[in-house]
Amino acid sequence: MTGSPTFALLQVPIDPNNTPVSGMPFFLFTVLKLIIIFTVYMVGVAMLTLAERKISAWIQDRHGPNRVGKGWLQPAADGLKNFMKEETMPAGVNKVLFVLSPMLAFIPALTAWCVIPFGAPIATRWGRVDLVVADLPVGFLFILAITSLGVYGIVLAGWSSNNKYALLGGLRSSAQMVSYEISMGMSTIPVLLLAGNVSLNSIINQQAWGGWNVVNLTIAFFIFIVAAFAETNRLPFDLPEAESELIAGYHTEYSAMKFSLFFIAEYASMVTASALMATLFFGGWDVPFTGHDNIGPYSGWLSLLSVFIFLAKILFFLFLYMWVRWTLPRFRYDQLMSLGWKFMLPLALIYIVLIAAVLLGLSAAGIGQGMMQAAILGSFNIALIIVLFAILDRGRIISPAYGRMSHRELERMRALDRRREMLAATDARVDARAAAGGSN
Amino acid sequence: MPINVKVVERPTEDVSYIRAALRGMALTVKHLFDVNGRVTTQYPEEKSPISPRWRGTHRMLTTETGKARCVACGLCPTVCPANCIKLVPGEDEEGNRYPLVFEIDEFRCIFCGYCQEVCPEEAIHLGRHYENSEYSREGFVYDLQRLMDQTHPVCEMWDPEDPKGQ
Repeated sequence: MTGSPTFALLQVPIDPNNTPVSGMPFFLFTVLKLIIIFTVYMVGVAMLTLAERKISAWIQDRHGPNRVGKGWLQPAADGLKNFMKEETMPAGVNKVLFVLSPMLAFIPALTAWCVIPFGAPIATRWGRVDLVVADLPVGFLFILAITSLGVYGIVLAGWSSNNKYALLGGLRSSAQMVSYEISMGMSTIPVLLLAGNVSLNSIINQQAWGGWNVVNLTIAFFIFIVAAFAETNRLPFDLPEAESELIAGYHTEYSAMKFSLFFIAEYASMVTASALMATLFFGGWDVPFTGHDNIGPYSGWLSLLSVFIFLAKILFFLFLYMWVRWTLPRFRYDQLMSLGWKFMLPLALIYIVLIAAVLLGLSAAGIGQGMMQAAILGSFNIALIIVLFAILDRGRIISPAYGRMSHRELERMRALDRRREMLAATDARVDARAAAGGSN
Repeated sequence: MPINVKVVERPTEDVSYIRAALRGMALTVKHLFDVNGRVTTQYPEEKSPISPRWRGTHRMLTTETGKARCVACGLCPTVCPANCIKLVPGEDEEGNRYPLVFEIDEFRCIFCGYCQEVCPEEAIHLGRHYENSEYSREGFVYDLQRLMDQTHPVCEMWDPEDPKGQ
């Protein structure tokens, strides 16, 4: 009995702060985390619809939903209504894709949560439990790969509906999402350069030691947040739904719960994008103004606090989403594309080069990760912000329709036009004289 | 762009998207926290005042003895442009005329108020009332008893102190 391997394993003292949990407890903890994340996520998304309506109402000096359970049960009432509605299936749809695409729109946003760490690890008697479903070493690459699948749901919904408006909406939406995905990916490269790793935990750790990335890499954050707004099809980039041009865009033909799933998918991707912003630029679950909370010994209270901090950061970004939605008017399609391709992408590329150069210079000077590096990056960042703001402020980034012609070009055209008019006037005078001479 | 369009050189603060966006955000957040600025009327609990000349569903006024004031003269069905009043006159043993049947089809009614204006006994009135939904179409044909049972205030066709509307 004493010689059995199971017993021997139990004899080994487990350091709850360092040994990751393994075996059966690992499985059970993972299932538990999955259930918790799924429940909180779905309830949160439902409450977000209420939050959106409330915030929109308050911004517009209204009260918002306040009837069903003082307003708190409004999401439940909406869900119930959507279940009762008729599931329509228009003639000529591709049935498989038509049913599949709402799921395809929703699942990527949910799946991304597998790798997002949402709290400090908990030390248990079975070992350390990381508060992340799967601590992938390639966490961030996984997120980029999965979230970019979200565009399939939308474009397939548009295509399978057998409706011209749905198709146009789907195309427009996919063009927008694909365009902004590039600048989104590029804007995160400085973050990865700083962290030196693509694991989300190491990104958070780096920020806990070297200051949040929003302080050091504000421009990357700026690009990321704009791209995230475009990725989630929110105002000012909500072009896929344009009543006057495209009816409801890609979900024109959807009804009942299938439509509702698209709605849920929009909010779900908002939550995921907010979590990404919090993780990449606002230190994830890192408790602000405390330096040494990212290494052991871990306690339950610290984990709880960090989870709440993370939630607070996500909620802040969700509020920002809604705040912007009810403030800014939407972009025109050409403005959207020119902002994405002609401004965001070059800016992100230049920024990568600048940050890489600074980091290279710092490492050549022998300054590694730490306070010194953070201070230098921070001051460099302030200089860059001033330059960028000056350019943004003066330039017509959000151009009017005629903005594509440069000032010089315009003057040249005008000179040509003046010359043509002058010639025409001369011709008329000559003609008039000839006519006068003829009559004499 | 058409080359003859005049391009106005506006100052930076007018054309800057960033400044305009930030100003807009400041404005909306001000309204977001402006708890006393909410303008919605909470309808079923709180009702907006309606004009004394509001023409809603009808009322038949009654005498002190509780009978309808109507003398079945037949002026209101005659004047009614929508032809919504059904009147069958009757006569009691003292020779007083009274309505045997008096029905108003509120679906046909256009709420012009001519019946009230023409009534010599000031019996039929339009009411200051608008919550008149029903579960069936039949419910919208008001008979005499129902018209007499209504208690809402009646429409003032004109201001008694200023009958000519001056």
